[in-house]
Amino acid sequence: MPGINSPAELEKLRKGILSKRDPNKPCIAVCTGTGCLALGAEKVVAALKEEIKKHGLEDKVDIKETGCPGFCERGTVVVIYPEEICYLQVQPEDAGEVISQTILTKKVIDRLLYVDPTTSEKAVRESEIPFYKNQMRLLIGNNIKLDPKSIDDYLALGGYSALAKVLSQMTPEKVLDEVKKSNLRGRGGGGFPTGRKWEECRNAPGEVRYVIVNADEGDPGAFMDRALLEGNPHSVLEGLSIGAYAIGSHEGYIYVRQEYPLAVENVGIAIKQAEEYGFLGKNILGSGFDFTVKVHRGAGAFVSGESSALMTAIEGRVGEPRPKYIHTAVKGVRDRPSCLNNVETWATVPLIINKGADWFAQLGTEGSKGTKIFSLVGKVNNTGLVEVPMGITLRDIIYKLGGGIPGGKKFKAVQTGGPSGGCIPEEQLDMKVDFDELAKAGSMMGSGGMIVMDEDTCMVDVARYFLDFLSDESCGKCIPCREGIRQMLKVLTNISKGKGREGDIELLEELSQVTRDASLCALGRTAANPVLSTIRYFRDEYEAHIKEKRCPAYVCKALISYYIDPEKCQACMICLRQCPAEAIAGGKNQIHVIDQEKCTKCRTCFEVCPPRFGAVKKISGEPVPSPIPEEARMIARKSKEK
Amino acid sequence: MKEKKVRTAATANGKIDQIIDKYQGDASALIQVLLEIQRENRWLPNEALKKVSKKLEVPLNQIQHIATFYKAFSLVPRGRHEVQLCLGTACHVRGGPRILDRVEEVLGIQAGQTTTDMKFTLETVNCLGCCALGPVMVVDGKYHGKIVPAKVEDVLKNYD
Repeated sequence: MPGINSPAELEKLRKGILSKRDPNKPCIAVCTGTGCLALGAEKVVAALKEEIKKHGLEDKVDIKETGCPGFCERGTVVVIYPEEICYLQVQPEDAGEVISQTILTKKVIDRLLYVDPTTSEKAVRESEIPFYKNQMRLLIGNNIKLDPKSIDDYLALGGYSALAKVLSQMTPEKVLDEVKKSNLRGRGGGGFPTGRKWEECRNAPGEVRYVIVNADEGDPGAFMDRALLEGNPHSVLEGLSIGAYAIGSHEGYIYVRQEYPLAVENVGIAIKQAEEYGFLGKNILGSGFDFTVKVHRGAGAFVSGESSALMTAIEGRVGEPRPKYIHTAVKGVRDRPSCLNNVETWATVPLIINKGADWFAQLGTEGSKGTKIFSLVGKVNNTGLVEVPMGITLRDIIYKLGGGIPGGKKFKAVQTGGPSGGCIPEEQLDMKVDFDELAKAGSMMGSGGMIVMDEDTCMVDVARYFLDFLSDESCGKCIPCREGIRQMLKVLTNISKGKGREGDIELLEELSQVTRDASLCALGRTAANPVLSTIRYFRDEYEAHIKEKRCPAYVCKALISYYIDPEKCQACMICLRQCPAEAIAGGKNQIHVIDQEKCTKCRTCFEVCPPRFGAVKKISGEPVPSPIPEEARMIARKSKEK
Repeated sequence: MKEKKVRTAATANGKIDQIIDKYQGDASALIQVLLEIQRENRWLPNEALKKVSKKLEVPLNQIQHIATFYKAFSLVPRGRHEVQLCLGTACHVRGGPRILDRVEEVLGIQAGQTTTDMKFTLETVNCLGCCALGPVMVVDGKYHGKIVPAKVEDVLKNYD
């Protein structure tokens, strides 16, 4: 493939690719993102290929292994074009029918369709499923339409047209103005205006500047950057190249965590292809602009996702943050001006260029424009990635898209913003989601993790969990963060173990304040958010733990016990057999009793006891009733006596 | 004795040299070199670190700093099978800690340790990004989603 030397040549190539593609030719797109792969997508692909071969359809049907379309809960996801028939939870065994029915006789297989749990209505097309219907999928929508390893697929969807436009029709200043006008804010967590960051970097003194993609997505519960980088790597590269042109940079880095092997692989392939086609390298599209990109793999440290830390890691040193009296946009990698943006931010740039800043700025709210991808996970029916315009309410995200809480449980809180964010209670569900509103509620946007918690989630335990995470990930360079987090964790651990004391809540608040005010980087400055927000909204739970030694959600192991109600136990042996600790005594027709000494509180008995018996009880804050005497434990069964 | 054997095998295999040679003299590639050695050898023997230090012209203490700072690196030999238990937020609220307790019980080791027979190394990770499947346990790259304490032993007994 010879390099493309002008926008006209690019359009010619695009026409060539499109002319070879018949829009009516059946194409089976199978999601092979990490979620679906874990569910066995590879086997589904193999089975489909086998069936295609069996029917001699190799030339008549295309099969595409695509990135993640977001509906991970129902993987493996398969979409069949041109009809856009969407099949969910597809198994290898379904392949035969998919080919013989849907491909050959155009029949829809009912059992693989989405069924609305409330109305029992079936949805044939992707766009009819409520999970997708209520989204605005500007960034992630293309994932199911393209093979991330094929640059031609990206070009067929209009790829690199924004780069061509920028290089042939716009000055760097104009690009900068456009991005500034769009009011795009960084998607990585801070929400800093992207245009301003670019401008600062562009105006900083120095010959060499760098542009960097931050794909060190470390927030537990967030995986949208991975989905974009894995599923549509060229969109990120295109955005990065546009940014480089605007800033005057000729070298770029993609810092991606090695825990995402597929993202590393796909972005590596994308860079190679872009070089071959002439979208990267010297004299890009004949414009005289040079730009190259290198991949740097992160070795697993949450704090290295912080901009100054990430830049030291790129230099091959330990990724610890430094004070940022001077922004990294002015002095970053090797003390040169460096502009770092998150994956999603870069991927948004080509959209703004193609459709214009005015179009982008009309989406979203006053202070937060455009769409944002959230990863909706935890105790919610439809787990997955959702892309919605800023300003949608939390309630809509959780109930309209997410389908509510599973098992008829009650919603308790939603945690946003990862370890730096906070928990938002039910009273605030009608809040419009954007950077500013979330901050007002004591949480933050973060990278867009949204973890739904139900009545079975203990808020003290959640705060303890995040502090545990942060104490592990704090680099230890500054004392307020290292010691503040450690001390807060100690207090929280004590509370969750029933050793909490009066005044612990106030102590936590005091420690929070110091950690927030005096820490070096955002990790420490925001570390108290999970503590403060849970105290603010769920103080009663803290008090129950401290004063009554009771865990209202029955989570904190030291404060709970499991107990079999002798009135309800039918001696069915199910819990007895499944107890991994062999802590349950009893037998056929003999009421079961849990040995509290042996019990590891793994909850297995509670989960396996048939709901019609409901004999296993959770107890907290009160003593476990003593077991009934041996002789009273026999059950006389009338039916069996005959 | 055992450790020594592993160590010789590690450095005798010329792949480590090849990795280091590829980046010769480029100190900024240090983390990438260590990552490749870790992937090839599954741990970082001291001999390898010394070699890296010499060839990349980076002081050994700086290499030690990196090797102990990042989670991807191990300075001790690892078990034949790697068990990773996700304790990301979504897995946490779906009962990840209860799975961890059970795995620790079955293997008789704590997270971060290796069984004495070098069969399993147990690690916890903070989110593998397949939250829809939580709680997740990964053994040698194979995902076991929506796992419950009672299933842990069944999964682990398939490895030898």
